[in-house]
Amino acid sequence: MLEVSGLVKRFGGFTAVNNVSFKVDQGEILGLIGPNGSGKSTIFNMLSGTLSPSAGSILFDGSEMAGLAPHRIINRGIGRTFQIPRPFRRLSIFENVALAGFYGQGRHSRVKAEEAAERALAMVGLPTDRQASVDGLGAAGLKKLELAKALATAPKLLLADESLGGLDEAEMDQAADMLRNIRDELGITIIWVEHIMGVLMRVVDRVMVLDHGEKISEGLPSAVASDPRVIEVYLGTDAETTQAAAAEARRRAGG
Amino acid sequence: MTGQGRLLAWGIALAALAALPFVYRDPYHLHILVLILIWSFAYTSWSMMGRFGLVSLGHGGFMGIGAYVTALLWNHLGLSPWIGIPVSMVAAGALALIVGYPCFRFRITGHYFVLVTLALSGIVLQVITATRDYTGGSLGYTPNRASGSKLLALQFDDKTTWYLIALGVWLFGIAVWYWVDRSMARYALEAISEDEDAAAAAGVNVTAEKLKITLISALMTALAGAIYCQYQMFITPDTVSGIAVSLQMVFAAIVGGLFVSLGPTVGAIITILLAETLRIGFGTKAVGWDNLVYGVLLVLFIIFLPKGILGSLLDRLKPQPKVPRAHEQKAVQIARPGT
Repeated sequence: MLEVSGLVKRFGGFTAVNNVSFKVDQGEILGLIGPNGSGKSTIFNMLSGTLSPSAGSILFDGSEMAGLAPHRIINRGIGRTFQIPRPFRRLSIFENVALAGFYGQGRHSRVKAEEAAERALAMVGLPTDRQASVDGLGAAGLKKLELAKALATAPKLLLADESLGGLDEAEMDQAADMLRNIRDELGITIIWVEHIMGVLMRVVDRVMVLDHGEKISEGLPSAVASDPRVIEVYLGTDAETTQAAAAEARRRAGG
Repeated sequence: MTGQGRLLAWGIALAALAALPFVYRDPYHLHILVLILIWSFAYTSWSMMGRFGLVSLGHGGFMGIGAYVTALLWNHLGLSPWIGIPVSMVAAGALALIVGYPCFRFRITGHYFVLVTLALSGIVLQVITATRDYTGGSLGYTPNRASGSKLLALQFDDKTTWYLIALGVWLFGIAVWYWVDRSMARYALEAISEDEDAAAAAGVNVTAEKLKITLISALMTALAGAIYCQYQMFITPDTVSGIAVSLQMVFAAIVGGLFVSLGPTVGAIITILLAETLRIGFGTKAVGWDNLVYGVLLVLFIIFLPKGILGSLLDRLKPQPKVPRAHEQKAVQIARPGT
């Protein structure tokens, strides 16, 4: 459903993303990992329209997305969350999500937008009360709100940006399960950018690893986690944890 | 107050306001009331943008265009204000789009946006003054007295008619305020005023939403200028355009309260009564004093009553303490560290 080819982004003389190509299939969860500055977020920002690519093409359901304005990309069916939650504090929780439901679905109907908001809030487990204030939410709640906003836009493809940063382990597991539920129940394809390897490996179907703006590895979680290049450039000293995660992934795949 | 109770209160208040000139005929007081209503409408128009953090100092320009284009079309082409006013509004709207589009497209926000709009005010004032052969320059301009139909010329001699026109126009402004307040556009504009990227990620066309509210605000402000001109039958560049008029709008809106529908109206009542009191109390000795008082008051209000008189009052009257909206909390925190 998504076909990215030859994607390049330069900032002045610095090449943040260099000739990256990949595909995402309908209903898949693709994990995108890499050390800081490897170009993950830049790729995300190009997919969602916040940045326009210096070169390359982004085909989504057969039409070109590269360089479109963010709101047009949302309306075509690519939703996103932000790494650091960016709620609108002047609006209630419900209004935040209803806004996304209205504008994200091409401003058709307020009633439909509010229904979408209720569904999205229920999906992530936030109150559907119309007055509840954003100020009452903690880190985990804000992440859920971020996800609810993206879901309310009725995406076909969800770009989830490091959605687990700042959560404790139980919350992390919960959030990972939620992403999988979103895929299983709503049939939404997901690209998930994440720092935390273990949880990601448990949920994703495929992993792509970036380093210095280039794709260095791609494949099943178990295979990628044992790829010596990946261990060297990204995982470094943390290889043991990765091996454990890979073993876990293999075990789950087998079971 | 319940929805029905609120509607009833509005109905009674409006009926009383409409009946007023038929029972109370003091021409001076009616004159002050007409001015208050017209300026209330202008300040409400400004607040349409101002409440979303789009602080414009260019509205003096839109008001000046409304007043001068209407009067010039009447005097030079004999075009009735019924046509002239829409034309002047379109002119102001076009200017708003021409200035607004590049600002919004290229993300000129905050202080920079204020500076761009400040220039707009100045330019309109300069153009009116420079084209003195047509506009009378800084000496002012008077629409020709109608020889035929007064209705066609929108010129009326009695205060009652003007009072009712001004009341209608003011009410129209309040209605537009509520219309925007209840629309999804308010969500979008609140979101934009906090975080443009996040608003865009929610699917909002940031540039288009900002342009729409700017256009509405500019059209209304031009209408205010035209009505003011038709009522006073005399305009000068300094009374309907320029930076001073723009600042007066900002001041009145902040004093009354930006975030409530009747805030700008309360602001107009206060500022006009203040100016009139100074004028009558001190005569020509006090010319310009009102501006000095405005300045001092503006500083005091931003520090002690950032939500304005009506906004703060309504907050106190609320039965149960509502959690203030975050930006209001922030305003209070900025104003009063340690609370």
